[in-house]
Amino acid sequence: MIGKILKYQLRDVIRSRWVIAYVLFFLVLTDILFRFGGDGLRVASSMMNIVLIVIPLASIVLGAFYLYNAREYIELLLCHPVKRHQLFWGMFLGLALPLVAAFSGGVLLPYLYNAASAEAWRAALMLVFTGSMLTVIFVAIAYYIALRFDDRIKGLGLALIICLFFTIIYDGIILFVIYIFSSYPLEKPVLVLSLLNPIDLGRILLLLQFDISALMGLTGAVFREFFGTALGMAISLASLLLWLAVPVIAGFRRFLVKDF
Amino acid sequence: MIQIRDLNKKYGTLQALSSVDMEIEPGRITAVLGPNGAGKTTLIKSILGLVKPDSGTITVDGIRVNGESRYREMIGYMPQLARYPENLTVTEIVEMIRDIRKSATGTGSSSSRDEMTGPADESGTKSGLSQAAGSDDMSVRNGKAPSTQKRDAHGETDLELWQRFGLDSEKDKPFRTLSGGNRQKVSAVLAFLFRPKVLFLDEPTSGLDPVSSSILKDKILAERDRGTTIILTSHIMSEVQELAYQVVYLLEGKIYFEHSVGGLLDETGQPTLERAIAVTLDRRLEVPAGAGGAS
Repeated sequence: MIGKILKYQLRDVIRSRWVIAYVLFFLVLTDILFRFGGDGLRVASSMMNIVLIVIPLASIVLGAFYLYNAREYIELLLCHPVKRHQLFWGMFLGLALPLVAAFSGGVLLPYLYNAASAEAWRAALMLVFTGSMLTVIFVAIAYYIALRFDDRIKGLGLALIICLFFTIIYDGIILFVIYIFSSYPLEKPVLVLSLLNPIDLGRILLLLQFDISALMGLTGAVFREFFGTALGMAISLASLLLWLAVPVIAGFRRFLVKDF
Repeated sequence: MIQIRDLNKKYGTLQALSSVDMEIEPGRITAVLGPNGAGKTTLIKSILGLVKPDSGTITVDGIRVNGESRYREMIGYMPQLARYPENLTVTEIVEMIRDIRKSATGTGSSSSRDEMTGPADESGTKSGLSQAAGSDDMSVRNGKAPSTQKRDAHGETDLELWQRFGLDSEKDKPFRTLSGGNRQKVSAVLAFLFRPKVLFLDEPTSGLDPVSSSILKDKILAERDRGTTIILTSHIMSEVQELAYQVVYLLEGKIYFEHSVGGLLDETGQPTLERAIAVTLDRRLEVPAGAGGAS
């Protein structure tokens, strides 16, 4: 049943203009970076900064819009012999999968026709993996918000604020903490703070992989110093998975008891 | 057919439904009326399982409604505002709903009806809608015959409305490009598609042109004659008078009165249902007002 719902969801989403725009955005950008920079490793690290900002924003906004628009459709399907948990996974995967595919396709295609080196491919795949995780995480957060707040203006506003918080305000808070408590040893608190932000986690995961210390920033540097590369990656990955599980489960539980 | 016992639902501080008791008999058309915000939609959505009531029980044909999805096999629902995935064509939407029903009946219980619909539906889906629409000539012809036994004898889905609305010209258009009236027509076709035993129609004729509106009303009456239980809401009292056997009037989440249409007209001596309801409301409002003054 999930498969059937998913099938029609995918048909719908793939035909929508914004998915096509989403693919083109990543495709054109990666291609341009290849033309300017040339080597695949540098393209991946440049793309990283774009991915870390664009993906959370796009996923959370599209996710919230999508679910608000599907509201009447969900009601209709629930009047057929469809179980709520089946419908939730159908709706969730129906948006998350096309977004992941669009992003991955857009980034990886230029690597394919530019015949990138094995090392560059590894970086690109790591980038795609991290971006995909962020996509799913932020779609899940968006779904939770859209299920929690019936007022779509409120929900969309909150989605934007959450996204801005993690991309911009959070770094500000970390800087502020460092500034205020500059006379104390701050490694551990900063470490904890960076675990609480999925975007930071994504950045750390990628930078540990790319091995570009110059771009690491404080949190990344502390992270590597504290855990070393291997353990650091394992911990950041585990935290990302936790970040994925919490909103998905929260949204799922809400979906089961919600009044439509 | 439908029994509701002591149903309560609160949205925050708003009491949407308060101890509603109701019995809907099979094979009749019941109109749920009331001003905006009286709880009509909440009541219907509770029966459909979309809204989870705070307390009380609802049973549909003996099956209790609580998260159980199987009873929805016998339900058809036409919402006030239908929205399907925007980029799917009308054909795909009909196909999708069939597909979903088919697999649900496949995994669900194997009542005699399911076995009947199973194979016939399958062939319908495989050959696509165009052929199904072709085979509907037959269902149109049959549609005129008294068809109580047709549900069992004939498993094919009911595309009579599709034909009569002339939706063939719209079948390859994406849903997003359809006009409001055509969306409503698609929604009506889907509600009647599986010959449900219970049919919920929320403002069925809103947005329809007079011709389509009377086609739909004919279909509603034909379904009733076939033994389908129908619950509808409407703001057009002449329509209710034309269709409904009884009215349930909701006010502030309570059943204010429940009466047969004929009875209301006789009792009040009014020529139209609209007047009869106005008179009834006036009378009832006078009594509690006096009692309130005394206390």
